[in-house]
Amino acid sequence: MSAAIEVEQLVREFKKGPRAVDGIDLAVSPGEIYGFLGPNGAGKSTTVLMLTTLLPPTSGTARVGGYDIVHDGPHVRASIGAALQEAALDAILTGREHLRLQATLQGMPKAERVARAEELLERVGLTEAADRRVGGYSGGMKRRLDLALALVHRPRILFLDEPTTGLDPQSRSALWEEVARLAHDEGMTVFLTTQYLEEADALADRVGIIDRGTIVAEGTPAKLKAEIGSPTVEVVPADASEADALAACLEGFGTLARNGRGAVTVQLPGGESQLAEIVRALDQAQLKVAALQLHQPSLDDVFLAKTGRKLEGAGEEDPDGAGDGAGGDGRGR
Amino acid sequence: MQATAPEATGVAASEAALPGAAARELPALAEPSLLEQVGAVARRSVVRTFRQRALLIFPLIFPLLLFAINGSALTAARKIPGFPDVSYRDFALAIPFIQGALFVAVSAGTDLARDIESGFFNRLALTPLRGSALLAGQLGGAVVVACVQSLVYLGVGLATGVGIASGFLGALVLLVLSIVIAFGFAGLGALLALRFGTGEAVQGFFPLLFVTIFLSSSNLPRNLIKTDWFKEVATYNPVSYLIEGVRSLIITGWDGEALALGFGFALALCVITLSFAGAAMKNRLVRT
Amino acid sequence: MRRFVFVARGVAWRSIHNTFANPAIILPSIIFPLFFLAAFAGGLSSISGVPNFDYKPGYTAFQYGFVLLQSSAFGGVFTGFAVARDFDSGFARRLLLSAPQRSGIIAGYAVGALVRWLVTGSVVTIAALLAGMSLEGNGVELIGLLGLGVLVNNVAALWACGVAMFLRTEQAGALIQMPVFIVLFLAPVFVPLHLLTGWIHAVARYNPATAALEAARGFIAGAPVKVALAFAVLAGAIALMSLFARRGLASAERAG
Repeated sequence: MSAAIEVEQLVREFKKGPRAVDGIDLAVSPGEIYGFLGPNGAGKSTTVLMLTTLLPPTSGTARVGGYDIVHDGPHVRASIGAALQEAALDAILTGREHLRLQATLQGMPKAERVARAEELLERVGLTEAADRRVGGYSGGMKRRLDLALALVHRPRILFLDEPTTGLDPQSRSALWEEVARLAHDEGMTVFLTTQYLEEADALADRVGIIDRGTIVAEGTPAKLKAEIGSPTVEVVPADASEADALAACLEGFGTLARNGRGAVTVQLPGGESQLAEIVRALDQAQLKVAALQLHQPSLDDVFLAKTGRKLEGAGEEDPDGAGDGAGGDGRGR
Repeated sequence: MQATAPEATGVAASEAALPGAAARELPALAEPSLLEQVGAVARRSVVRTFRQRALLIFPLIFPLLLFAINGSALTAARKIPGFPDVSYRDFALAIPFIQGALFVAVSAGTDLARDIESGFFNRLALTPLRGSALLAGQLGGAVVVACVQSLVYLGVGLATGVGIASGFLGALVLLVLSIVIAFGFAGLGALLALRFGTGEAVQGFFPLLFVTIFLSSSNLPRNLIKTDWFKEVATYNPVSYLIEGVRSLIITGWDGEALALGFGFALALCVITLSFAGAAMKNRLVRT
Repeated sequence: MRRFVFVARGVAWRSIHNTFANPAIILPSIIFPLFFLAAFAGGLSSISGVPNFDYKPGYTAFQYGFVLLQSSAFGGVFTGFAVARDFDSGFARRLLLSAPQRSGIIAGYAVGALVRWLVTGSVVTIAALLAGMSLEGNGVELIGLLGLGVLVNNVAALWACGVAMFLRTEQAGALIQMPVFIVLFLAPVFVPLHLLTGWIHAVARYNPATAALEAARGFIAGAPVKVALAFAVLAGAIALMSLFARRGLASAERAG
């Protein structure tokens, strides 16, 4: 099955700067949600700008929708929708005017423009606000309009560059739902960049972790986390004097660790399926617990293992900003 | 790579490239005509201007305010030997048309710069919109605004007793000339926006452009400027000829030489600014 | 009083530092008056040939008087832009929180405006002298001229601060600038008052800026006129604008 997005040794260098993207390879299957995770300045937005034909690569090749991003630019653009890092909207125009303008510029026949605009307004829940100027929209509304604009011409591949940055949890969830629906119900391929672990975890079928212009890890979230280590369970006894008994009960399940508060942590080499056995064992030993928590390795742990740094705050550590260089027009001028 | 006809740049093209595409039925999109593209962009430009009242009202009020003040304050200039036998107000009416053109330039440039800064430019770049259509549409919108401005200036002039020596036809020619001038200046605004990409840069040039109006024959006929260096500057300043072209229609009638120079410089301004703006657009709208 | 001085000094230092450390801020303040001097004195010098134009030092000196006061007024206006910017950026809130004596903030901005004008006024004066202007006033009269400039600068700075503090946004720029511009240009800018006719003569006659302008030109010519009126009008304007600025500050304090 040919990939919806294929990238081979893609490089983008800016003048007098480090390589923002330093030879990445990736492939995204049709209908897949691919999460591109990395800190600020990792090269995520630069990659998106190249794949959406807005920035020519320095070297390497990429095909989007079967079309070469350098030689078949117009075909690529016709195949994709993009909601880039800023919800680039005109504050003076209304939501409905935005959609009609977009439909006109995409070459949609006049008879269809109105209907398509209404359909999308309904879909993203902006029908009531459609005739209000976008300057008065909330952040969530702007992002929803941004998504609607990306879908006007019914693309098969959608690029979302940090779509939930700055949104409240409710708006974020709503956007996640819509993205998941687009992929799973409509078979849309989604290339999503994010710096939020939980977003990649929740949405992506596969994740590519990028740092300083290179992909340091790639795979499903579960596989990546499993590579790092097993989950652990932390148990806090209801009665601190039973801490020793608790430890004795749990030592058969895996490596133990204890902390000064009386909590016992045990690693589960067999995975979270061992949790039920632990609960049974505690019950049989008649040990009461105040708290029992399962800790899974996170993508942050994956990032830490691969780069030696935590994902959060990793972007600020790099004084050169390895380099999206994607501010302003993204052309590194 | 799947070979597709150049017109089929819509979804149909991408459908052919992906597996299982043949089963899906979606309308094929065609690239909009140049006229449609220009129209859509121009419509947006006009809507934006009319919705930001300050952008419309200030360029109307400020030149008229200066016209009112200078038209009255410099009445004594009529007594300078050799001054044309008209009221100073008649003499001064040409200036608002040029000042108005300047505001159009800044407005057109700032609008485009704002699109670049906000990323809206990238959104447009992802559509089949051609660079030439984007430029023409922006400038087309600016021209609509210039039309409104020119009509207002002319109306106010007539209402305050200014006579148009060239008559009704001359008034129409005056409007055409002022619109061509505005178009040329709008091209300059677009050039600055595309070259520098920020509204600040465009607005930073505004004082410089304003200066060119003062360093011209805006306040006195060139032959009555006593200070040699100033007269020299005014003679070489193309703005002098733009003003004199417009002014000739108001106070002289049909002055072939003034009109030829006025239109000539206005068209040259258009050609030069639009050529450079077109090149800057190509440079800015880098798409593969 | 001590706290007032501390606050004023701090704000003034910052205002002066920001102005002179940033060419984009100081250069327009200098270039625009020079440009107006060149455009008016150069482009309209034929006006001196109009019958009854009886200003002895000549047209360059005639325009120098206007340009000097205009640069003074706009020195105040530009400071108002800086105040508005401080509100937009949030720095003004920091000032309001930390200043023990808040009226010192206004004084500080006003001092900053004055220092800015002393520099631009000097440049304009030197340029006018190089252009052949004849300064016929004696030492006392020239001090009087300086005094007028200081007072005009103060009036404009207090006005600009007031507007900026009421509106607390950079968009206030036009509202700060336009009234000052209109008041200045409704004075006898191009010809003496007695050569104005029509409605503009009526307006200029009662325009407070006319008294200041005529007094300035009188000092330049060594023939003082309307001095008491000019200083009284400016003193009154300062009192009024001080109140206005103080009300603006109160509005900003209430807004938090």
